[in-house]
Amino acid sequence: MIALPLAAVIGFGLAAIAAAFVALVTRTTPVAVIAAGLVSLFASVIFLVLAAPDVAMTEAAIGSGLTTFLFFYVMGRIRREGGNDQ
Amino acid sequence: MTSNFTSRAAVALVLLLLLGTAFWSLTTGYSADAALNRTAEYYAVNTPAETGAQNVVTAIIVTYRGLDTLGEVTVLFLTAAIVALVLGQSKAPRGASGSGFLPSGELLQTGTKMLLPLILMFGAYIFVNGHLTPGGGFQGGAVLASGMLLLLLADPGKRFRKAVIHRVESLSGLFYVLIGLAGMAWAGGFLDNRILPLGQFGQILSAGAIPLIYTLIGLKVGAEFSSILESLEETEDA
Amino acid sequence: MLPQIAMATGFVLILMGLYGALTHRNILRMIVGFTIADTGVNVVLVSVGYLPGRTAPILDSAVPVADAATRIIDPVPQALVLTAIVIGLGVTALMLAYAYRLFRARHSLDISNFTELKW
Repeated sequence: MIALPLAAVIGFGLAAIAAAFVALVTRTTPVAVIAAGLVSLFASVIFLVLAAPDVAMTEAAIGSGLTTFLFFYVMGRIRREGGNDQ
Repeated sequence: MTSNFTSRAAVALVLLLLLGTAFWSLTTGYSADAALNRTAEYYAVNTPAETGAQNVVTAIIVTYRGLDTLGEVTVLFLTAAIVALVLGQSKAPRGASGSGFLPSGELLQTGTKMLLPLILMFGAYIFVNGHLTPGGGFQGGAVLASGMLLLLLADPGKRFRKAVIHRVESLSGLFYVLIGLAGMAWAGGFLDNRILPLGQFGQILSAGAIPLIYTLIGLKVGAEFSSILESLEETEDA
Repeated sequence: MLPQIAMATGFVLILMGLYGALTHRNILRMIVGFTIADTGVNVVLVSVGYLPGRTAPILDSAVPVADAATRIIDPVPQALVLTAIVIGLGVTALMLAYAYRLFRARHSLDISNFTELKW
């Protein structure tokens, strides 16, 4: 029986690493961007377990929210001008 | 080409393996401290008496390390300006600009009208309560910017008024510096929060100027993020 | 045990992000690698500040002011990481803006098409 915080850190850490792996090996850029956002989201749960609620809020709002949208805006501009962003 | 690629990957792997051994020794040799170090202990002991803030992280960011935060907001402002400059110079080819937008649906537009005031109010709640609960100017600013993002998504053709955003941004920066200077004149130093009474510990109107400063930081950060988002989103070269 | 595991997670994220940034040829994919490495650095820094058996640095009813020094974790790395996340978004936005400029110059996102500074 391991303690709940330890289990949470192990589980979400493995999930973050798996999402990072998906971001590295996938063929399409949108999937990679979404996976990178997921890495940030799992990392924000790890911050919460490590008793850092301020950092968890910032990471969830900025790291996984706004950054993903910046990527999608740039990908949209590139696609509209006829590039393939694969 | 393939051999070139694999040699690249091999070199990268070797380099990362070396870095990984350094990380491995750092991780296995690490043991958490039993007590706070001197700086952290000073902050933990003296934050209530000196700043009146419940949230020690807020006290560090706004008061003890206030000058660093001013520098950080300045870096963010420079980033927004450079992004606007870099993207503003690149004129889109004729016909390619603005053609990819589909009009957004009725659902999104109505939902935006209903949700936007709530989102903005939630952002304001986060940065006004920054000295009591987790959260503060940066998080609240990000929430404000996400409200602006919703507005952009619902109505892609419309510019929200750039002049308003720029005015909010520069006015909050100006007042931030003015409050810092007032701290030099009437309290202990630049960005000292004791120009206003510290009030009762744990009340919303307490901790001196910290709620005021964090509100200004929240407005400034929200305006900067909004302007970055807007300059990346806009395609028509006005 | 808790901080070591979080630290190891952060280090693995750093290594994976750097590997992606070094081996991908698409500029956007390189930037994705950088953001993953950025997240990893933040996880490592926060786990350094964690002390076992203590709670968040907020002095409300759960943590009396008198014994704050023995009940809360180190707040300094948290303030540092808060700054780092916000600056990280700025850096990502700059990289994306320059990536778009490079795309406009060559109509390609493949890094091997940009040979001016190659030797």
